[in-house]
Amino acid sequence: MIWTSSLPPFIPFFIAALLVLVTRGTLRNIILLLTPVLGGLHLWLDVQPFVPMVATDALVSAKELSYQLTIFSYQLEFMRVDKLSLLFGYLFHIASFIAIIYALHVRDTTQQVASLLYAGSALGAVFAGDLISLFIFWEGLALSSVFLIWASRTERAIKTGTRYLVFQVMSGVLLLAGALIHFQQTGSTEFNFIGIESTAGWLILIAFGIKAAFPFLHSWLTDGYPDSTPTGTVFLSAFTTKVAVYALARGFPGTDLLVYIGAAMTCFPIFYAVIENDLRRVLAYSMINQVGFMVCGIGIGTALALNGAVAHAFNDVIFKGLLFMSMGAVLYRVGHINGSDLGGLYKSMPKTAMLCIVGAASISAFPLFSGFVSKSMVMSAMLQEGHNYLWLMLLFASAGVFHHAGIKIPYFAFFHHDSGIRVKEAPTNMLIAMTISAFLCVFIGSQPQYLYALLPWKVEYWPYDMTHVLAQLQILFFSALAFVWLNKQGLYPPELRSVNIDFEWVYRKLLPATGRVSFKAFQSLNGATTEAVQRSWQGFQSVFQASRLSQYHLASSWPTGSMVLWIGVILGGYLLADAYF
Amino acid sequence: MSNKVTDEKTYLFDKPRNVSRLLLGFYIICVGLFVADFVVHRHLVHPWEGFPGFYAIYGFVACVVLVVIAKEMRKVLMRKEDYYDVKEKDHDLDE
Repeated sequence: MIWTSSLPPFIPFFIAALLVLVTRGTLRNIILLLTPVLGGLHLWLDVQPFVPMVATDALVSAKELSYQLTIFSYQLEFMRVDKLSLLFGYLFHIASFIAIIYALHVRDTTQQVASLLYAGSALGAVFAGDLISLFIFWEGLALSSVFLIWASRTERAIKTGTRYLVFQVMSGVLLLAGALIHFQQTGSTEFNFIGIESTAGWLILIAFGIKAAFPFLHSWLTDGYPDSTPTGTVFLSAFTTKVAVYALARGFPGTDLLVYIGAAMTCFPIFYAVIENDLRRVLAYSMINQVGFMVCGIGIGTALALNGAVAHAFNDVIFKGLLFMSMGAVLYRVGHINGSDLGGLYKSMPKTAMLCIVGAASISAFPLFSGFVSKSMVMSAMLQEGHNYLWLMLLFASAGVFHHAGIKIPYFAFFHHDSGIRVKEAPTNMLIAMTISAFLCVFIGSQPQYLYALLPWKVEYWPYDMTHVLAQLQILFFSALAFVWLNKQGLYPPELRSVNIDFEWVYRKLLPATGRVSFKAFQSLNGATTEAVQRSWQGFQSVFQASRLSQYHLASSWPTGSMVLWIGVILGGYLLADAYF
Repeated sequence: MSNKVTDEKTYLFDKPRNVSRLLLGFYIICVGLFVADFVVHRHLVHPWEGFPGFYAIYGFVACVVLVVIAKEMRKVLMRKEDYYDVKEKDHDLDE
């Protein structure tokens, strides 16, 4: 079938979203499950990258011209296929398949339609060949994903979702502005290397940076994701930030600034993660940390680093999805997800606990688990490029990841002291989804050659050598030793019911407070001015009343009618005077 | 949603003996990994790595520093759970 050979992958998802609207029950579930399977098979079997990518810093992109559309004077290109877009294409099909299985018990049309549109938009964005179609799917991501937060249907979630949407739309507006300026300057909207030499480049970088959760632009993530539904967060964790990583890898590879931004992203969230009580928010912070490694890799810009960045994105979607799924299962069964109120759940949810530990081992980059084979590429590239101190930061962050995501998450949820909570094991569909993810974590971790074969840039790399494995095991085991020691000494901060102030404080507290203060100040200023004017008027009146002028008839009151009359008299007087003299 | 706690079965980590066995195994692995630095021939990329036990010490110190700083951060950053939900009065700005 020649006509399908380059069918843009978002189309099946959008059609499925429509079908889900009009179907119900088993048929709806079949449609949900088949969409990523058929779409993924189509992508795997029928679509080939047009030109193999070469090992350079700049991307060589291939174009297929069959799916183009012209809006106003802009050419929209929906199907640009190269190894970079294909890698993310495969990834998003796998991720949506797993997340759909995980959410199969959900009977909520809003969530099901939104999640298909969301996955479709992510696919649309990674195959978009120009900035305008990228913008369309960029906004599609924002508008569809917010329903996964609103779907919690609490007052809190509605507010959170709205704040989330403001950030996302802002990102879209910046992208559009940047794209239009870029078009004016270069005469092309093609989405290739952009760089930060122009205003357009900066606007687009900030747009990407919002979705990639750069420091100070990150609070939509830690604010929004924990308020989504148990299943919604799994979708959310897969797409938005990874589309941003893809976009950065295409538009800004080798941009030095990104190395520093990335290093900051790996470090600051881990402090928050240690003291955060909501375990899904802990994962949200650790997500920023993981994206930091990817941003570093993109900033370094060598073939090894870029491969590491996108490979880590691939693995992160799966292991972070697994962790969010295990916490979602706990939330679904227990009803809350605060570390302070959980503990001992391995007794009633042993399978979920085991699967969570696999995810934890993967994110901590234990040898034989998936995080190891990709994170180590970024770390090696960092050293090769001579970023010694940043490498130390990343090493610190690696130890920190193990500490909060690798130990804290499973420990406080499933072990720790027994909270006395006894629930059922997670539903079967959730267990199946988590098992698939866990299998992929171990498979990619132990057989990385299959993932490496998909990577866009040609480079020889093999993570398993004695030195490297030993170093990684040492850093992990001694991080764990620190955890054990701190716990035994009673130095480890207990889980407390609390929130911690982060950047969102600026717009949730500071700005409203500033607003209130200025409003009050304005009110009192207004009051004072009014009073002053009234007083002086009263003063004038009292002086005037006392004077002789007030004796005249006109001064007693100044109705408009008498004014008009007197104007008429004066004008008439002029007229007469004019006529006679 | 909670099932009635009818099973008063003891689980794996209810017995302190199991916990201490697990920890003992863990300590042995730690010692083994530390010693391995002196035994195994490593090809090093960076001079810092040559310092024996570099990764082990760095990992341990990093985590202790992380936790100590995070605990200090709590003093500044921690608020009650309903911090953002409370309707503001005009005078609590300097909270």
